[in-house]
Amino acid sequence: MILLLQGVAWLLDPANWADSATPGLLSQLLGQLGITLASIVVAVVVAVPLGVLIGHTGRGRLVAIVASNAARALPTLGLFSVVVIALTLDPQWLAPVIPLALLGIPPLLAGTYAGIEAVDGQVVDAARAMGMTEWQVLLRVEIPLGAPLIVGGLRAAVLQTVATATLASFYGFTTIGNSILLGPDSNQYIPMIGGSLLVTVLALAIDGLFALLQRSSAPRGVSRGARRTTNAARGRFITSPAGTPISRGN
Amino acid sequence: MAIEFRHVSKTFPDGTTAVEDFSLSIPSHETTVLVGSSGCGKTTLLRMINRMVDPSSGSILIDGEDISGIPPVGLRRRIGYVMQNSGLLPHRTVADNVATVPMLTGVPKRKAREDALALLDRVGLDRGLAKRYPAQLSGGQQQRVGVARGLAVDPNILLMDEPFGAVDPIVRDELQQELLRLQGSLGKTVVFVTHDIDEAFLLGNQVVILQRGGRVAQVGSPKEILANPANDFVADFIGAKRGKRRLTAEAGASGDEVLLVDAAGYAAGVITAPGGRLELATAGSSPKSRSVSNKTDQAGDA
Amino acid sequence: MDWVWSHAGDLWSLVLTHVGLSVPPIVLGFVISVPLGYWASRSAAARAVLLTLGNVLYTIPSLAFILLVPVVLGFALLDAKNVLVALTVYAIAIMVRSAADAFASVSASVRESAVAQGFSPAQRFLRVELPLAGPVLLAGVRVVSVSTVSLATIGSLAGIDSLGNLFTDGFQRDFAVEIITGIVLVLALAAVFDVVLSLVGRLLLPWSRRTGRGRVRRSAPAAASVSEQVA
Ligand SMILES: Nc1ncnc2c1ncn2[C@@H]1O[C@H](COP(=O)(O)OP(=O)(O)OP(=O)(O)O)[C@@H](O)[C@H]1O
Ligand SMILES: [Mg+2]
Repeated sequence: MILLLQGVAWLLDPANWADSATPGLLSQLLGQLGITLASIVVAVVVAVPLGVLIGHTGRGRLVAIVASNAARALPTLGLFSVVVIALTLDPQWLAPVIPLALLGIPPLLAGTYAGIEAVDGQVVDAARAMGMTEWQVLLRVEIPLGAPLIVGGLRAAVLQTVATATLASFYGFTTIGNSILLGPDSNQYIPMIGGSLLVTVLALAIDGLFALLQRSSAPRGVSRGARRTTNAARGRFITSPAGTPISRGN
Repeated sequence: MAIEFRHVSKTFPDGTTAVEDFSLSIPSHETTVLVGSSGCGKTTLLRMINRMVDPSSGSILIDGEDISGIPPVGLRRRIGYVMQNSGLLPHRTVADNVATVPMLTGVPKRKAREDALALLDRVGLDRGLAKRYPAQLSGGQQQRVGVARGLAVDPNILLMDEPFGAVDPIVRDELQQELLRLQGSLGKTVVFVTHDIDEAFLLGNQVVILQRGGRVAQVGSPKEILANPANDFVADFIGAKRGKRRLTAEAGASGDEVLLVDAAGYAAGVITAPGGRLELATAGSSPKSRSVSNKTDQAGDA
Repeated sequence: MDWVWSHAGDLWSLVLTHVGLSVPPIVLGFVISVPLGYWASRSAAARAVLLTLGNVLYTIPSLAFILLVPVVLGFALLDAKNVLVALTVYAIAIMVRSAADAFASVSASVRESAVAQGFSPAQRFLRVELPLAGPVLLAGVRVVSVSTVSLATIGSLAGIDSLGNLFTDGFQRDFAVEIITGIVLVLALAAVFDVVLSLVGRLLLPWSRRTGRGRVRRSAPAAASVSEQVA
């Protein structure tokens, strides 16, 4: 417990945030966020269109489920190691982005197609019968109504990516892992504890932000706006995979 | 806007044949009701008119033009469609729901909204409901919004698939009367699907009684069908066999009333003509005059 | 390949170590989560508290968690217990939600008819609710099992032996074969666990085996069952 407090004190010391011979906490934090952002962008570009396609057409669902489950079993540490060793990448920052994006794809994919698929088929049918084109059905009906689950998938993906980005330090990239990995190697417990706390706080903060985003992404009329459906909609928030980190990075 | 089915069949990919060799002429500016029990292919037939379902064989013509050559999206935008569960978009307000199709076709937002309010008046909804979401309305109100949405582009054809199937009998009565009133002033080509024979007789100028596979058991005006059921199936379906359509007059409690009783002894309605005297309507008078307080009243003039 | 055969003995002992590291958290996680999940399914307040707590715990990055456990609990830094505790906590965090959903999926009418037939609360739980919640519980354990096997590799960054050693060692020696061998072994182990669990499920829940699925329909219930599989 004393160590924990020392860790907090270490975090609060401005000297540790500035760069010295090694990158300071600020650089580490920015590195962590940068790698996370790049990985999420890649994951979104791959997974969301694919998930929308699967949800809209109902095809390829089984493949998506199997692939997601298999991806959950992939050890990120191994993936990292192999990518860094086996691929010579230019620019270099792609090295952590590939394994992290792979990690973010399954929850995003699952959230997206589950979100699209959960939209009431009769509403979609009615939209089509009114004369909406397939694009209009997608953009004006399915995506807005599926948004909470899609954002839920994004939330899970971001969360595990930001947590896992720590590992990039082991491969020479600057993240908060720099502080954490000092510990086991050189018995520097205090930066290790401080770094661990920082990553945890960062993840919790991001999760909190997403919880708000997810709530406001529910179209009005299907959540707070609607007296009658309020409880049903809340129930969906609780039981849906949206609130859950769908799989975890490691 | 007359609609014609020519030898239309539909077999779904899973092998179900929903409709087989169906032919029918649907006259314009009138209400045609397709009636039949569950699964007989009514919805399939209706959805072929706006190309939500394409026939496996045969053709459908609107004013002589084969619709298989008309792009579905454009076709659907000029045909109103009202369905049982209203199919309203849950994330849009009532006004926006009504304005959806006009806005798709490029009507400016402001004008589409104004028109939507006028349509709400037309279907008997308070303008105060315009800002509500569908989930904040009662079932009957939702159906009215559905009708308003169906009318929003002022279509010549209005397709209605059991639109009043999910509301209680009193609200259904109201909605039916409202539809009769609307149709009286609008004169659309309405194709209405129901499994309720009373509703069919009430609303239809032409009633089509269907058997499984979309086979036509009988086509005609309510009067023709009641007077001359084509076969046992029709007789059974309209209740004639069970004596439901054979009404006899009995003296009511007060002297002024004549009670109509069916063959099973069930009191089907009263005639409140002064002195209880029955005045037979002369042929050609409007079949839609409602002087009798029960839906089966047309049996009275049959 | 030569490397793999010449190190078969070492690899096998790493596999066994990895099994020893991942089985206890899966079992413990299940045993602890079932009563918690049941509680959560019966009380909205318990549900809110437990699931929120689960989410928060789950949010803690695994490496940080493994390193913080000894600090908070006072274990030695290189103690395998650190990984066991961290993995168990993650298992509970996932499993409580599954279990709560599983018990919530038992229809109220079935429960009420059990009450009406005179089942005592304990009998009702053991003979009606637990078996009926079985399929969803099983789906939850399978998720937990796969992610635990994969997650246990992180331990090697904190100096705890597991198949993850092949990743750190292979990386330091710049030797891809070793790393890939490790990935394959982790995937294989996860697959074996998954097969075992589904066999156990078949034995215990013979009625839930699906006999040929119907056509996939675009409907909310269908999507809900998907989300169970992915959640
Ligand atoms: N998309 C589809 N794929 C396969 N079979 C279908 C499909 N749609 C309808 N059918 C089948 O076609 C037959 C006619 O269906 P339809 O929906 O037209 O009946 P309906 O008369 O409208 O019935 P209801 O009164 O219950 O609405 C039924 O046997 C139905 O199962
Ligand atoms: Mg139908």
